[in-house]
Amino acid sequence: MTATAPVIAPQMRILIIEDDRESADYLVKAFREVGYVADLAGDGEEGLSMAESGDYDVLVVDRMLPKRDGLSLIGMLRDKGNRTPVLILSALGQVDDRIKGLRAGGDDYLPKPYSFAELLARVEVLSRRNVGPAEETTYRVGDLELDRLSHRVARGKDELTLQPREFRLLEYLMKHAGQVVTRTMLLENVWDYHFDPQTNVIDVHISRLRSKIDKGFERPLLHTIRGAGYMIRDGIR
Amino acid sequence: MTAFGKLIRTTAFRLTLVYLFLFALFAASLLAYFAWNTRRMITEQITTTVSAEISEISEIYGRRGLRGLFVTIENRALRPGANLYLVTTPTGQMIAGNVGSLAPGVMGTTGWSETAYRRLDEEDNAYHRALVNVTELSGGGFRLLIGRDLEERRRLFGIVAKAAQWSILVVVVLGIAGGIFVARRVLQRIDAMTGTAQRIMAGDLSGRLPVGRSGDELDRLASNLNAMLERIEALMVGLKEVSDNIAHDLKTPLTRLRNRAEEALTKSGCEADYRAALERTIEESDGLIRTFNALLMIARAESGQARGNMDSFDAAAVAEGIHELYEPLAEDGGMTLRLKTSFAPLHGNRELISQALANLVENAIKYGKPTEPKPTEKGSVVSLDAKQILIEARREGDQVLLSVTDRGPGIPEGERKHAMERFVRLDTSRSQPGSGLGLSLASAVATLHGGELRLGDAHPGLIATLVLPARAAGSDRLAAPSADVPQKVA
Repeated sequence: MTATAPVIAPQMRILIIEDDRESADYLVKAFREVGYVADLAGDGEEGLSMAESGDYDVLVVDRMLPKRDGLSLIGMLRDKGNRTPVLILSALGQVDDRIKGLRAGGDDYLPKPYSFAELLARVEVLSRRNVGPAEETTYRVGDLELDRLSHRVARGKDELTLQPREFRLLEYLMKHAGQVVTRTMLLENVWDYHFDPQTNVIDVHISRLRSKIDKGFERPLLHTIRGAGYMIRDGIR
Repeated sequence: MTAFGKLIRTTAFRLTLVYLFLFALFAASLLAYFAWNTRRMITEQITTTVSAEISEISEIYGRRGLRGLFVTIENRALRPGANLYLVTTPTGQMIAGNVGSLAPGVMGTTGWSETAYRRLDEEDNAYHRALVNVTELSGGGFRLLIGRDLEERRRLFGIVAKAAQWSILVVVVLGIAGGIFVARRVLQRIDAMTGTAQRIMAGDLSGRLPVGRSGDELDRLASNLNAMLERIEALMVGLKEVSDNIAHDLKTPLTRLRNRAEEALTKSGCEADYRAALERTIEESDGLIRTFNALLMIARAESGQARGNMDSFDAAAVAEGIHELYEPLAEDGGMTLRLKTSFAPLHGNRELISQALANLVENAIKYGKPTEPKPTEKGSVVSLDAKQILIEARREGDQVLLSVTDRGPGIPEGERKHAMERFVRLDTSRSQPGSGLGLSLASAVATLHGGELRLGDAHPGLIATLVLPARAAGSDRLAAPSADVPQKVA
């Protein structure tokens, strides 16, 4: 984790709105360890006023909170024009709960129990500091180049032939270059599935992609981050 | 409450009382109407005959004078069952007729009246009642009385009154007896049902309500309640099985987890050892979380809670998506994943159906490897060689079939039903990783959509089919959101 964190936004500000003291303290500590500023609100009302006044990059909101529940908090923020990205944490992990959360104005939804690596990866992708190359038509990592309009991919001078799904996988990875993306994030964003496969399907897709973009090149770009997921980046940076 | 108190409180008895009252009222009014009408008829008859006789006798008097009158009166008065006749002089003297005495003043007023009288020839001194008409004969002030005894009318009245008394008595007695009989019968059956219900509530779920042979409403109620009890019992048995299975299948990994943590604590190792132990712990707990999620998903699908988020889509697209996702994995396992689809419109929860199909494909990849190469089998049934897995989506009549066929050892027919139960892992699959929930989830998803999961023999291998009801073309509940679905249906 330490390898991944402070690369892009050294002072990312995160507000955690969570009533369970122990898990909240754990999150604050963990975020601070990777170099972020993390504040804590213990209930919905406090969370709402802190989110309105503070300039946060990401809000991590528990769905069930005292005084004001998470979804209504997000609704209030959005009504007032506050567009801060919100990640909802919830013990309710079913598909329809997820959809409800996203409809209420959340940007991502993570069911409990979660691993911190997953949460961190999602928060980094959500953060508005990291809009990065999202709007560009060409993504570049090292000598790897992906043209979103013509669907051309090239590494150095070599043109690479990718299957449509491999292209989308690479596109997503490159859009979030330098950030960890987890297997679940890939399954959700590239395949649009929200279930948990019992097998290592994603790993197989990644290794195919890797064999196309890294095989035969001196410097690998697609890295496996142990216990978290994958990241595409130029090794030197 | 006493037995009698219970009896008279029953609905049947109360209804009986109400009916009884109504019937008595009806009988009484019927009789009253009858009596009143009869009385009117008799009176009418009397007045008609008396009026006729008066005019006849007046005519005789007019023609033959007093003498003729006397003769006629005397003649008629002597007939058996004769009417009453009386002729008086202007001074009030009785000069002819069969009336011995009259209530005073009767002869003073002309016209109709009811009066007491006594006959001349009667031995007893009793007065009777009669309806009489007094007329003044023209010329001379003589008055003529003609009347009819009302005994007949009185007797008839008596008969009617008696009939009324008896019939009401009979109605009341029979009614109450019938009410008690019916109420007791109903009460006995209700008591039997209550008794059974209490036994069931006390924990004996095998009890059933007694069902009679008459097929009446109580029998129907009882058999419906029995069907409900049947279902509850099945659910309870299922629940018990599930909790036993959960206890076993969750406690085993929990024990492993605990043992590892303990081992790491007691053995003084280097940091790498601790790290490895912790990593295994996380892995194990991730597995537990997955199992929990699968269980929750099954529970939601089974209870029908996941009925939200239904939309219309093509099952072929689902099959294509899953094929695309799992193709590299199958290839890594030395198999090929093939796809054969045609337009198959569905209405349902796309996510759940995708997951169900994914589970079937994962199973096929895990367990569908041929046990030994059998070159003779090649191409015998479908054009599917031994290392192929086929995903198929098609419509058949009003059903959509989503099937996964492998060339593995298959599941013996007797074990197929068992294989779909929660946590069941057939002996052949024990060595492979997995929670034993894949088929249960697929089956629960199929049930949620009003379909089923069928396991069959692919000769050799297993064919697992999600049989789901197809979306009817132009079905109204889908009319709005299905506009984007191309209607390719023939």
